[in-house]
Amino acid sequence: MAENEERLRRTMMFVPGNNPAMVKDAGIYGADSIMFDLEDSVSLSEKDAARVLVYEALQTQDYGNAELVVRVNGQDTEFYANDVKAMVKAGIDVIRLPKAESADMVKQLETDILAAEKEFGREEGSTHLMAAIESAKGVLNAPQIAAASDRMIGIALSAEDYTTDMKTHRYPDGAELEFARNMVLHAARAAGVAAFDTVFTNMDDTEGFYRETEYIHQLGFDGKSLVNPRQIEMVNKVYEPTEKEVLNAKNVINAIEEARLKGSGVISMNGQMVDRPVVLRAQRVMRLAKASNLVDEEGNYIEK
Amino acid sequence: MKNSVNRDLPEDVMKDLNYQPFESTEIGHPEIQRVAPKVHVSTGDDKVVTSIKQVIKDTLKDGMTISFHHHFRNGDFVFNMVMREIIDAGYKDLTLAPSSLTGVMNDLVIEAIKAGTITHITSSGMRGSLGDFVSHGGLKSPVIFRSHGNRARAIEHGDIKIDVAFLGVPNADALGNANGMEGDAVFGSLGYALMDAQYADKVVLLTDNIVSYPNTPASIKQTQVDYVVKVDKVGDPDKIGSGATRFTKDPKELKIASTVNDVIVNSPYFKDGFSFQTGSGGAALAVTRYLRQAMIDNKIKASFALGGITKPTTDLLKEGLVDKVMDVQDFDKGAAESMHTSANQQEIDASWYADPDNKGAMVDQLDVVILSALEIDTKFNVNVMSGSDGVIRGAIGGHQDAATAKLTIISAPLVRGRIATVVPDVTTVVTPGDSVDVLVTEYGIAINPKRKDLQEALGNLPGVPVYKIEDLQKLAEQKVGKPKPLEFTDRTVAMIEYRDGSIIDTIKEVKD
Repeated sequence: MAENEERLRRTMMFVPGNNPAMVKDAGIYGADSIMFDLEDSVSLSEKDAARVLVYEALQTQDYGNAELVVRVNGQDTEFYANDVKAMVKAGIDVIRLPKAESADMVKQLETDILAAEKEFGREEGSTHLMAAIESAKGVLNAPQIAAASDRMIGIALSAEDYTTDMKTHRYPDGAELEFARNMVLHAARAAGVAAFDTVFTNMDDTEGFYRETEYIHQLGFDGKSLVNPRQIEMVNKVYEPTEKEVLNAKNVINAIEEARLKGSGVISMNGQMVDRPVVLRAQRVMRLAKASNLVDEEGNYIEK
Repeated sequence: MKNSVNRDLPEDVMKDLNYQPFESTEIGHPEIQRVAPKVHVSTGDDKVVTSIKQVIKDTLKDGMTISFHHHFRNGDFVFNMVMREIIDAGYKDLTLAPSSLTGVMNDLVIEAIKAGTITHITSSGMRGSLGDFVSHGGLKSPVIFRSHGNRARAIEHGDIKIDVAFLGVPNADALGNANGMEGDAVFGSLGYALMDAQYADKVVLLTDNIVSYPNTPASIKQTQVDYVVKVDKVGDPDKIGSGATRFTKDPKELKIASTVNDVIVNSPYFKDGFSFQTGSGGAALAVTRYLRQAMIDNKIKASFALGGITKPTTDLLKEGLVDKVMDVQDFDKGAAESMHTSANQQEIDASWYADPDNKGAMVDQLDVVILSALEIDTKFNVNVMSGSDGVIRGAIGGHQDAATAKLTIISAPLVRGRIATVVPDVTTVVTPGDSVDVLVTEYGIAINPKRKDLQEALGNLPGVPVYKIEDLQKLAEQKVGKPKPLEFTDRTVAMIEYRDGSIIDTIKEVKD
């Protein structure tokens, strides 16, 4: 796992790397992660221009606390090598490998990143990576892919290519993705990395978007890939903890603090011992509550 | 000579035109003498005529001042119909004093200037080829730009003395009772034209729809009208309004609108009985939608909405979230139709709306206004008149007037394309920073340091970063770089009046 401190990754917003206006404005919508795309949204004739644009943007624009991700072109393309070099040089947080089908592909990327880190004097290991699962093979190899590198921060399901590979297409109820979603999610959890659900492209179907987001939230995904900034607010709403969850989490956090002050290794609340899963869940709820502006600096619930 | 917003004013022009430099947004309590029009007495039985040419011949002389309204916007047929006859009749040295000039009028205005027919212009604004023509020195004497409230003031003072007003209306009876609400070319409120009808020496109505006498409701009254000219068509209904107003889907506009809403809702003014003005444009319409939800959530109703009105605002009226709509113009068909059906949508004239020299104008009672900007500088001064190339391409509209509201919010993107909106110094000061309270951009807000109360109220809103305006300016510059300074000649092509009639800035001829 790349980071011990788990960070919120509810929203990964796709930004076409060849669109200056969108690249410039990507930071204003409050996405947890911004994914600049050099791959599918960029036509062949604009590959170099997009790479240069994203490189320059990473040098000059302030994207606040967002995690910055670049989707490079596939390893079987002539653009891949330069994409990786330029993005490592630019100091990108995460490189996303498209169409990942094996652990070897991830290891190859890791090798290429390390070489670039050495070439450009970047701290070795500071460039993280993630993999997009877009085929039947990728889904079946997801456990190996997710665990293939210490730099790995997460794996994402990409349903458009996957459903084509499966000789189907996307349906409103998502039954065609059931296996892939659960496989990717389990692979991620087993490897201790994040799991991202696929995009939902019909901007006019708000109800469908909420239905799908609530479903993947229930399954346990960290978040969702997004094609439109307007979806960020909707995802955050789904991931927002309830008042009861926040108050409960706050009690757990208080109990942890109490135990720390007492120098006690055992955390207890209302006379009962608090298990580690409860602690982890409470910490996650508090992170979500903070991100949703539901609590103040001290973690007290703000009445609406 | 410099005024209080540090603008260099040309002394010779100021002296020639007998102008004072802008000092303050405070109007004070002076005593004002208003003027009255000349009346040619008649029983009114012979007002209807069919020849524009004859009416012009009977009313117009070289050197006079003529006026029009711009309620038909880009669907206007009346202006070109009348101006064609005036040019062809060989008139010289006229002053053109419309409420504003829309793009559809540009060609004939330029032709009239070139022919020597028009030698002076006062307007709220101008755009496109006419702005370009004037900015390149096409008109010898400077254009005088006035806000809607200031035009009303200037008319009442006699600074603008209209000899003949040519006013297009979608209906009129034979004696000149008319409104903007019925007929093919409806536009709703006649707010700006009511000044001309009241103060011009000769009032000529042009209509394609003569209705039976007496016509009610009468916005323009028979007591004011000299002629009613029957024409084929006064306007193109499809080009008058912006059509059905669409809720923007642009995520950046939505982000700005939602932040504007946060600012309003967390300000001390958001309480039962508050009042607001939103104007038109994508972000403004979106604000209205957010504001609607906030009013429902907080069980708050507004006492009135003011100014140029759109359908989202009249929908609030229907929903009972707004008690009254005080309507000086309607931007779309929905708002225009609503005026016809709703007794709580009151037509107001430009004086009632915004004239500072008044026994109280509506803007004096206004709590919250949302305004736009082409540029805003680190002193919060706003430019809505000249583009990044220095060329005239805008209108003051009610900007200076409504900015006197208790909470004036400027909503604008930090940059547009490669052009910064937040700049060290605006190209042209139109609205002084003293009357601006909060700037809302997609990156965050800046609060006028003079408003300590708002710093307090808005300083810690979740998801609304507060910047010093200097820092927003730097952020903009970091994104788009520093432009080469614009180059102008010494020649003054336009004067920008503040709403009290003093000069807040001038526009120079651009150097190519």
